[in-house]
Amino acid sequence: MRLNSLEAFAELRADLFNGMEDAVRTLVIPAGTCGRASGAEEVIQAARKALLQDGIADSVRVRVTGCHGFCEMEPSILVLPDGVFYPRVKPEDVERIALAASRSEIVEELVWADADTSAPIPLQEDIPFFKKQRRAILSRSERVNPEDIESYIASGGYAALFKVLERDDPEWVIGEVKASGLRGRGGAGFPTGMKWEMLAKQPAGDGKYLVCNADEGDPGAYMDRSVLEGNPHIILEGMLIAACATGATEGIIYVRNEYPLAIKHLHLALEQARELGLLGHNILGTDYSFDIRVVRGAGAFVCGEETALIRSIEGSMGEPRQRPPFPIQRGIHGKPTSINNVETWANIPIILEQGAELFASVGAERNSGTKIFSLVGKIKNTGLVEVPMGMTIQEIVYDIGGGPSGDSNIKAVQTGGPSGGCIPASRFDLPIDYDSLARAGSIMGSGGMIVMDGRTCVVDVARYFMGFLKDESCGKCFTCRKGTQRMYELLDDISSGKGTVEHLDLLEKLALVVKDTTMCGLGQTSANPVLSTLRYFREEYLDHIENKRCPAGVCKPLIRYTINENCTGCRACAKNCPADAISGERKQRHVIDAEKCIKCGNCLAACKFNAVEVV
Amino acid sequence: MNGMINMTLNGLAVSVEKGMTILEAAKFYGFPIPTLCHMEGLSPYGACRLCVVEIGEAPRSKLVTSCTYPVEEGIIVRTASTRVLRARRMILELLLASCPQSKIIQDLAAAHDIRQQRFRQEHEDCILCGLCVRMCEEQMMAKAIGFRYRGEKRSIGTPFDLHSEECRLCGACMYVCPACQLRCTYTEPDKAICGGCANLSPPCVEKEPFDDMMCYMAPCVACEIKKD
Ligand SMILES: Cc1cc2nc3c(=O)[nH]c(=O)nc-3n(C[C@H](O)[C@H](O)[C@H](O)COP(=O)(O)O)c2cc1C
Ligand code: SF4
Ligand code: SF4
Ligand code: FES
Repeated sequence: MRLNSLEAFAELRADLFNGMEDAVRTLVIPAGTCGRASGAEEVIQAARKALLQDGIADSVRVRVTGCHGFCEMEPSILVLPDGVFYPRVKPEDVERIALAASRSEIVEELVWADADTSAPIPLQEDIPFFKKQRRAILSRSERVNPEDIESYIASGGYAALFKVLERDDPEWVIGEVKASGLRGRGGAGFPTGMKWEMLAKQPAGDGKYLVCNADEGDPGAYMDRSVLEGNPHIILEGMLIAACATGATEGIIYVRNEYPLAIKHLHLALEQARELGLLGHNILGTDYSFDIRVVRGAGAFVCGEETALIRSIEGSMGEPRQRPPFPIQRGIHGKPTSINNVETWANIPIILEQGAELFASVGAERNSGTKIFSLVGKIKNTGLVEVPMGMTIQEIVYDIGGGPSGDSNIKAVQTGGPSGGCIPASRFDLPIDYDSLARAGSIMGSGGMIVMDGRTCVVDVARYFMGFLKDESCGKCFTCRKGTQRMYELLDDISSGKGTVEHLDLLEKLALVVKDTTMCGLGQTSANPVLSTLRYFREEYLDHIENKRCPAGVCKPLIRYTINENCTGCRACAKNCPADAISGERKQRHVIDAEKCIKCGNCLAACKFNAVEVV
Repeated sequence: MNGMINMTLNGLAVSVEKGMTILEAAKFYGFPIPTLCHMEGLSPYGACRLCVVEIGEAPRSKLVTSCTYPVEEGIIVRTASTRVLRARRMILELLLASCPQSKIIQDLAAAHDIRQQRFRQEHEDCILCGLCVRMCEEQMMAKAIGFRYRGEKRSIGTPFDLHSEECRLCGACMYVCPACQLRCTYTEPDKAICGGCANLSPPCVEKEPFDDMMCYMAPCVACEIKKD
């Protein structure tokens, strides 16, 4: 059914709103890639079965959605409209939850328990992980079934587009986006409104492109995937609004092929939007025409860089080129092109819906709105967190993340992905925004946040990221290709005890030259892991070099496993040693043969008496 | 638009033609900038980074490769600032560490007074400057060779390492190569005509089928050796 006028759309929306009575309880089950991996499918099946068997299908329904962020607690169930959250649900408990929901009750022993008092915290909004978040984008994924456009419209979707089409004033749209202060969420933080204004000013000629950058290549980052999987229409709506504002004629969503579910949901969304007349010629009967297609990338990190992305879309090798000319002037096939990140696009309908002023009131100065981070590492609560910009690292790590997961103190967080930097605990009062992070020697990047504790070695971390970068550099600039290889080599030497003070000096000098002489963002930021760790953790480097010691006990060549007097002679370690390096009589203290030991750490993990030590 | 652009070049107010690169402008005014992956007649590529210059004013100045950067109105360029020289010397040290046998690199390093090489010594036969690829495509109209893979694995060759039907064995790729290694050997190095540089012993000296071949390499060391 193609809607040929704005009125027809308004009617459809009114119809859908009517079907959304709040008296019906909804069991919301997140089943993004993460949810499915932890068993959401079984929970969904159990829920559907329970509704039928217990005859409560009239008062309770199931909604399968994308990820809501608390991946560690999946499979989970959220009961709406009450907001009761059940973490780590087992299929056999689903029936009780469904029955309780049908009677507006709560199964107390299955809800979240407070870490200190064990008191039940039934409501999602009261759980510490959620409490301090401001989930403007992620909370929308709770309300939509990503495979159904009607569900998106019923939750208020395409209302912003409707408003834009009705007003038919491109300058107003750009003005709103500018006034909102939205800055690109892809890393560089360029003001989105300004980018659009430049695109709008380009001569129409034979077309202009809008691109959604969903390459998301940072290891450990998956916020863009979650939005695409959970709410694909919000991206389409954002792009449609931009098309009306800038006169763009064609849209492209560039997704990495490693995101099959996201690609499937995007294709479904595009098809359904086209069917309804929201895409294609004369959108909803207006004079605007715009269509979007999906281009799959082969998952190269460098293809996230604008000019490499353009080459890749054109079908060539993903290799950045010199700017100027900027993509806004000469992009895909030489036509003006504006590229924005997934999260940037997701913010657009929100801005147009609630107004620029309200949007700008959230966050910090020059850094408005919310930002999604993927919070991972040595921390209690991991997952996607969406917070107002300007929140301090302290709040994110301790209030939302719940502090260290082990018995060791948190030492630093690494932000910004492979080309980001480490920020030490002493600077956790730093507000998270583009400018503060840059000043501290790191970057916002696309929002990765890796928490490190005393058992994380910064040399090892720098070496890991350098290894990633040396493989992912496109290889064109000699200093990026060779420079990352040489930095890796130097870091490897240091972490294996072969480092000297000259290594450190050379490493630092090289890092500065690589930063200075490379062409694209990848090379220019590739020195960050080295420079930021050297800036804050030089002592740890020196420990590796002068004392041949890895204080975190990570760098294998520098550590030794021994057994102390706590040993009860239980033989657990010996049984788990793949190298047969542990000997000793039952009930007597065991010893590790350093010659045979391959430093796998199995004994440490196997010992229940804290008898295995790393020295 | 009168087609001229005003800029500052090493403190000198100059005006140059629009569309020129910084490298061309500097050459025109007699400021030397070392290059490695640049060659007249081939499109600028920006691979070796040796030609970096500093543009803008501190603290917002930055280094860009002069061979690819177009002149802009009012741009301030320094071709041999401390920052530029520091970068250039490090690049040369890196080049020397990877490709010490290249005469061109040796000469450049000597000219910049590089007296030490602190990295682990390698002997690579290619610095991936892309001259051969551009030569093959833009001057020989063959497009027989190209780049493959990325990062550490990046290399130059024919698709799937098979002999390319586009390749006419013209040898132009070898001719432009600063790393002095054979490029037109494709899959059968034994049949290569010449090592193409002063630092390797060219196969034509030893291999009978090439005896007295007199190839296009000029000056060809192999021929000189024989004349002795
Ligand atoms: C090496 C490299 C990788 C990048 N990867 C991504 C990415 O995966 N996703 C993304 O949105 N932006 C990425 N960017 C940033 C883009 O180049 C570009 O700035 C961004 O897509 C612009 O969108 P925004 O203004 O909405 O942030 C990357 C940049 C570099 C240099
Ligand atoms: S800086 Fe690195 S990734 Fe970027 S163009 Fe140069 S070689 Fe390629
Ligand atoms: S073979 Fe020679 S010319 Fe070709 S890229 Fe390598 S160094 Fe440059
Ligand atoms: S000559 Fe300019 S980068 Fe090589």
